[in-house]
Amino acid sequence: MTRLEPGGGVKQEDSVQARLDRMELPFNAYGVDPYGVSKWHLRIIFEAMSFFYRQYFRVRCHGIEHVPARGRAMLVGNHSGGVAVDGAMIVTSCFLEMEPPRLAQGMAEKFINATPLASTWASRCGQFPGLPEHAVRLLEEDRLLMVFPEGARGTAKLYPQRYDLVDFGTGFMRLALKTRSPIIPFGFLGGGAAVPTVANLYGLGRIFGVPYVPVTPYLLPLPLPVPLEIHYGEPMVFEGTGNEDDVVIQGYVEQVKSRIASIIDQRRHERWEGR
Amino acid sequence: MRVLILGMGGAVAQRVALALRDKGHTVFGIDTRPWEDAPSDIELHAVDLRKRAAEDVFRTRRPEAVVHMATVTSLRVQGEERHRINLGGTRVVFEHCRAYGVKHAVFVGRHTFYGAAPDSALYHTEDEPPKELASFPELADLVAADLYASTALWRYPELTTSVLRVCYTLGPSAQGTLATFLRGRRVPMVAGYDPLFQFMHEDDVAAAIALTVEKRVRGVFNIAGPQPLPLSVIIREAQRQPVPLPMMVLRQLLGRFGLPRLPPGALYHLQYPIVVDARAFKEATGFAYRSDEVQTIQSFLAAHPPPRARREELFDRLEALGVLK
Repeated sequence: MTRLEPGGGVKQEDSVQARLDRMELPFNAYGVDPYGVSKWHLRIIFEAMSFFYRQYFRVRCHGIEHVPARGRAMLVGNHSGGVAVDGAMIVTSCFLEMEPPRLAQGMAEKFINATPLASTWASRCGQFPGLPEHAVRLLEEDRLLMVFPEGARGTAKLYPQRYDLVDFGTGFMRLALKTRSPIIPFGFLGGGAAVPTVANLYGLGRIFGVPYVPVTPYLLPLPLPVPLEIHYGEPMVFEGTGNEDDVVIQGYVEQVKSRIASIIDQRRHERWEGR
Repeated sequence: MRVLILGMGGAVAQRVALALRDKGHTVFGIDTRPWEDAPSDIELHAVDLRKRAAEDVFRTRRPEAVVHMATVTSLRVQGEERHRINLGGTRVVFEHCRAYGVKHAVFVGRHTFYGAAPDSALYHTEDEPPKELASFPELADLVAADLYASTALWRYPELTTSVLRVCYTLGPSAQGTLATFLRGRRVPMVAGYDPLFQFMHEDDVAAAIALTVEKRVRGVFNIAGPQPLPLSVIIREAQRQPVPLPMMVLRQLLGRFGLPRLPPGALYHLQYPIVVDARAFKEATGFAYRSDEVQTIQSFLAAHPPPRARREELFDRLEALGVLK
């Protein structure tokens, strides 16, 4: 667990560099792993993300012990907020709160890989386009995969729907069955308040090559310094081959969805009670 | 075993010839290019593969295995001529193999056939079709040659066919696409992109091809060695200067100001990675590379240090003339 000094800074032994050195990825002599994940890029990103995680969003993380320290696993949760604040904070929580630190690798939207600069930084930080081939390979190599089954529909939720869950895709469940990976459900709270989306401009998004451009009351989709919460639930293990009928898969997906919904509802209730 | 190597004038083909000769095989080759210091026990027939004289080599020397490395990758040869060499040549090779009782044919292709695209998988397996046609039509003839060779797997069941898709080579000879790209002092990159490049030492490539001949493995196989590296890391470690340029600018500048000449389609390869999964070949042959990524870049750098800056050369000349002291 990362410890904070009175001034709020990260203790020396828990510096980003020290945590990176403890990360169990097969970096070569140039600090690059077989997927192009780069230690140098990770250091820059996690230095910045540590500030946002600790000081800006003051993220409260619960249940990190449910994420396995080693071996394959899928982090599956809800989208919260119009931009990728949720994904960034989940990845940072696995880096800052776990021992040894782990790199959660997301299945990013494909437009990111086609965008200059974002392409390089996303791939150097292990965030690859959401292709089944990538997911299978990463899980078979015992990596930690982060999946938002709501997809782009999830980030497009407006402020009033911030705690709702839209339809889940079923691909993640077939993947989990095929690779025999445990699913760690998580609930992410606060993203809707950090980026209070009042409208999504789909036409403008097409011009920029992104799914849409979120609009906030202050116009720009810049996140506000709102406290965020991450709640990891107990691992869920499903038996199967991944070739089951849609009805069976849909049933499993509903179980995961209801678990995530219950995590969010429970925490909303606790917050209402002032806990 | 009698092994015929087509395109034996190339740096890797020569290494394959030496590796097979050292293992006790009788090696002979065909190429219109010379091999200056060829050993006396390796014959080189200086004939055109598509001509009658090449067929005579098949008929008189009766090879048991043929390694086809006579495809042209150089983008300076274009259009009809490249089609004739790559497609026509490959067709002739398989016809001769069938007519003269060759037991094993090895086609040496490239991993770039899988194509670079923003939505393609990072690691390609042999199950995927080579689809580098839409964005890079200059490679169409090579992709077609690869597919033609692959059809021999079912068209000629009596002939054991191995289709190899080999990643970039790097090493002291400085031949090949990547080495040519890195030869100058400045190396262009597309600003905002830094794709992974997969390469292996040319000796390891030669060893893999020689192993294919010896093990007589049938099928399509990716050949790769150490892990891939970002292009920026390769450029930096080869002591070259990366020049990141916006795509629009780069298109206009290629072939000028000391930058390499590349067709527009090749720029996709500077944006998106093409990396292959070579586990199937390793399982089939037990192949293990000897030079890792660090040693491979070092071997290239030792043989080809970066060219000196023009300003330094000018000062040296002025000093030699006594103008400067």
